[in-house]
Amino acid sequence: MTDLLIKLIPVFPLLAVILNGLVGKRYSHEVAHRLAWGSVGLSFLCTIGVFIDVLRTGTTHEVIAYQWIFGGDLTINLAYLVDPLTCIMLLVITGVGFLIHVYSVGYMHGEDGFTRFFTYMNLFMVSMLLLVMGNNYVVLFIGWEGVGLCSYLLIGYYYDKISAAKAASKAFVVNRIGDAGFLLAIFLIFINFKTLDYTKVFAQVSQLSPEMATAIALCLLVGAVGKSAQLPLYTWLPDAMEGPTPVSALIHAATMVTAGVYMIVRNHAIFDLSPTAMTIVGVIGGLTALFAATIGLVQTDIKRVLAYSTVSQLGYMFLGCGIGAYTAAVFHLMTHAFFKALLFLSAGSVIHALSGEQDIRKMGGLSAKIPWTYRLFLIGTVAIAGIPPLAGFWSKDEILAHAFTHEHYLLYVMAAIGALLTSFYMFRLTYLTFYGTSRMDHHTEEHVHESPMVMVGPLMALGVLSVLGGFLGFPPEHGWLHQFLAPVAGTGGEHDVSTGLVLALMMIATGIALIGWGVAHYFYSVNLSAPDRLAAKLQTVYTTLLNKYYVDELFDLLFVEPTKRLGLLLDWFDRTVIDGLVRAVAQMADLGAAGSTWMEKYVVYGGLNVIGYGNHLIARQWRQLQSGMVHHYAAIIVAGLFLLAAVIQLIMQL
Amino acid sequence: MLEELASTFPILTCILFLPVVGAVVLWLFDDEDMVRTSALTIALVEMALSVFVLLRFIPESAAMQFSEHVPWIPALGVSYHLAVDGISVLFVGLTAFLTVLIVIYSWDTVRHQVKLYMMALLALETTTMGIFLSIDLILFFVFWELMLIPSYFLIKLWGGGAERHYAALKYVLYTLLGSVFMLVGIALLDLNYHQWATLRHMEPTYSFDLLELLSVPIPLSQQILIFWLLFFGFAFKAPVFPFHTWLPDALLEGPIGMAVVLAGLKLGTFGFIRFSIPLLPEASKSQTVVTVLMALGLAAILYGAIMALIQPDFRRLLAFSSISHLGFVVIGLFALNYQGLQGSLLTMINLGFSTAGLFFIAGFLYSRQQSTQLSSFGGMAKQTPLLASFFLLIGLASIGLPGTNGFIGEFLILLGTFKANWLYGGIAVTGVIFGAAYFLWYYERSMLGPIGKAVKDSISDLHPREVIIASALSVMILWIGLYPAPFLKMMNGSVQALVDRLERGAVASIESKPQVKVD
Repeated sequence: MTDLLIKLIPVFPLLAVILNGLVGKRYSHEVAHRLAWGSVGLSFLCTIGVFIDVLRTGTTHEVIAYQWIFGGDLTINLAYLVDPLTCIMLLVITGVGFLIHVYSVGYMHGEDGFTRFFTYMNLFMVSMLLLVMGNNYVVLFIGWEGVGLCSYLLIGYYYDKISAAKAASKAFVVNRIGDAGFLLAIFLIFINFKTLDYTKVFAQVSQLSPEMATAIALCLLVGAVGKSAQLPLYTWLPDAMEGPTPVSALIHAATMVTAGVYMIVRNHAIFDLSPTAMTIVGVIGGLTALFAATIGLVQTDIKRVLAYSTVSQLGYMFLGCGIGAYTAAVFHLMTHAFFKALLFLSAGSVIHALSGEQDIRKMGGLSAKIPWTYRLFLIGTVAIAGIPPLAGFWSKDEILAHAFTHEHYLLYVMAAIGALLTSFYMFRLTYLTFYGTSRMDHHTEEHVHESPMVMVGPLMALGVLSVLGGFLGFPPEHGWLHQFLAPVAGTGGEHDVSTGLVLALMMIATGIALIGWGVAHYFYSVNLSAPDRLAAKLQTVYTTLLNKYYVDELFDLLFVEPTKRLGLLLDWFDRTVIDGLVRAVAQMADLGAAGSTWMEKYVVYGGLNVIGYGNHLIARQWRQLQSGMVHHYAAIIVAGLFLLAAVIQLIMQL
Repeated sequence: MLEELASTFPILTCILFLPVVGAVVLWLFDDEDMVRTSALTIALVEMALSVFVLLRFIPESAAMQFSEHVPWIPALGVSYHLAVDGISVLFVGLTAFLTVLIVIYSWDTVRHQVKLYMMALLALETTTMGIFLSIDLILFFVFWELMLIPSYFLIKLWGGGAERHYAALKYVLYTLLGSVFMLVGIALLDLNYHQWATLRHMEPTYSFDLLELLSVPIPLSQQILIFWLLFFGFAFKAPVFPFHTWLPDALLEGPIGMAVVLAGLKLGTFGFIRFSIPLLPEASKSQTVVTVLMALGLAAILYGAIMALIQPDFRRLLAFSSISHLGFVVIGLFALNYQGLQGSLLTMINLGFSTAGLFFIAGFLYSRQQSTQLSSFGGMAKQTPLLASFFLLIGLASIGLPGTNGFIGEFLILLGTFKANWLYGGIAVTGVIFGAAYFLWYYERSMLGPIGKAVKDSISDLHPREVIIASALSVMILWIGLYPAPFLKMMNGSVQALVDRLERGAVASIESKPQVKVD
């Protein structure tokens, strides 16, 4: 029964893709969107069924759908593995996915390509489900590149906009850099274990040498860094905001970008063997958390602020993985899915209300006009800022506390500063959007309206999850989630930490969040000229942040431009040198042949100097370039026959 | 691979000669529509025969099946010997499939001398079928050479470019030059057989038959010499970098139908896996051969991909992407292990759907704008959404997206290469990134963004015939990508036999004389 449910989970959205994709134009938008969210809803129901079974029996299910690639010593099945980690991912993906699909019905209403949008969204669900459900690395990889494709399609949803088209290609290509690393990891795993199934690999993992473990872990990390937009491969994610807002919420916040975290947690047995790789994961996470937060401070596009915040929060998850706090990382992945989806969708509601405006400098004073959106956005802000008892506090604090108690002090400091910045830029965003006086133009202001129930409803559900979601991991390190995930993610090493220290760390974390809020309040509510004066005083810092540390420009300079130049150079080389050589050989033969007819006789009748003959043939053909084609035709035939005769003669003589 | 299953009905002969006989029949018609309909009928019957062979083919077997063996020039040991095994059987289906699509495509895109065009096309089908079906090397060579005649005319007479005469000639001369070397190699194989046969008093004393040549040992030095002689024949035809300069010209100047055949049927690399590797296993394994071939393959992957990145003409881009893909095939072959060989074989088939498919797309573009230059396009997705969708799907297959056929081939090749030598595998993987870059970049600039200035207002989306072509290709792409089992089963037996031969060496795997069974 459970096995059947597992098999059905990805089938529903797949059916919706096929129907909407092939015949979606034949029926109305109503049918199309019902198919879309209905299928995800059914997947969610199946997931709950599977989840209850796993919860009750504690068994891990492995289900083979069919044999996919095989031959020799390699067999790769299209098969699923459902264990507690998969369950959590499935619940987040289908649950949050369902809410976002429902929301999209309102948000995308009246858009061209409404059906196309839902087809891509459902295709994304299928890929994402395969990604977390696969029982081997190759199925994971189908999902991995599949979500990348859907990300490409959805970023480029408004494909006639050049910026959207460019952002889409960029996302795909940057992700492919990561994918190449992932492929190498898969090959290394196959060479070492002779299999690509998780259970078989992890059963033998202790035989791995530390060097090999490091190599595999680092290759996997390259893949994870690409997909989860970590340093240095994060530049595609902010650009990905070109896609419709539900896409940003589902793909570029709640699910796809967390795939890297899932992959590391899934492979923690390999990472655990390599302290080097762990350190690198932690440092990348810490740096990204901090780095992206600083950029978030000065951005003026509501979605871009959230995008940098996503990069930063993913950094926290990586940091958690790097210090062995896998459960905390998954915990943060989950709460982040709740509050970041909430924030993006509320931002979408704002954008919807303002007829497409995304620049926070042209907002302000919206709290009274769109009260529900405002309240829910505020919940999201408080949650991400890490103010108890909302969801973000518990998960983020757990990562920070783990870093402190396991003596990763540098990472702790980085994460703490990042948290301060997070609180600041999120409240900055809230204040600029909802408080103060309106900076909208008259026309926009007249049309401000609260979003319909179909959009506000999912927001409310996410709001509840953002408030209460943290209690799944309460009390810290010993919550329900920790017990549920213990069989797959480990316990993170039992550490006797005094309750006093835990409480003190919580106080510090809360204090940090409140300071961030306070500063934002001062800057954007009390002393309104302060931000400009500060920016003027720190001109260089400000412009550097505004230009995102010029990383895009640097990559262009280092990789894109040189490759293009190399291409042009090679093109010249191909036309002039290689092809030139070919022409030269032909011309030389031409000259030679014109002067010496004896060669013809020697070649044709002697039948020995085959190479000379070939050259000669070129020459003759060359001269007769303009003459009739029958001539060439005959020449070729005759030449072939002579050649054949010559060789046969040679053989007979021997 | 020495086992033979003879056929009671000469179905391979039918497949081989039906198109050329059909071509003669076409001669009788004067009405152009009649010619088109008849050509399509012939191509469809050919397709049906090929499907029949595929269905009746015994999978997971290394045997030569549907074998037909008739002496031709007994004194020289030349025979008319046709058979298919796991290496070649899928190519037969692919050839028939692509010919049908080309006929459909040419329906209204070829407007002058329709009859001659269709005749040339069908003649081309016979000669390519001959290349895939021949077990006798002389027979193979004859078809290899004969193929040039229809190809030459197709490029020269129906090509769209100003340089088509030059391109046609260049193609022919390149192949001819290569085949000179190849012929010497074939002669040496025969001589070696002759020496061995005389010594052992075996009958016949001369043979060009693959199965008989496989049953005698060849000294290593001789193997290496023959390997390089055959190499030129196959490498020029494939083409393997740096012998590729005929390809961009032929693909750009020739008609789309010819481009589909040249880019879709990988005759050169087929030669390697059909003849070079099984006949000369020790040479194929030798350090120099492996190093040179790997180096050429890797160079081709990167060179082709970087070149493709900057091409403003779509057909030239495809030519270089072809060269890059052939690089993958070459490194997979010379990884000389199961996954490498299996992946290369599958990739050769795959390219018949993806690269050839992109040439059809190029044809669709050309029909609309009379050009495949980037400057003629931009923002096409708005006006031609179906075209843009199929373009994307087939393009994604060509860059190896999981779920499409391209992924499976590429994955196996990379895995095999990595197993053989991690450094080669590591370099090859970077090709995956470049592939995405060149395809998506071109796609972005031609299909996405605001509508280009040169795009005609009257531009229309795919018409039914074009939809049939694109859908047929898409079905194959997704079928092999999602459920490749039937295809893998057909090739696995022969791939295993080839791996065994490589592992145990040529001499050790000769235990018994070839057996002939009748089914």
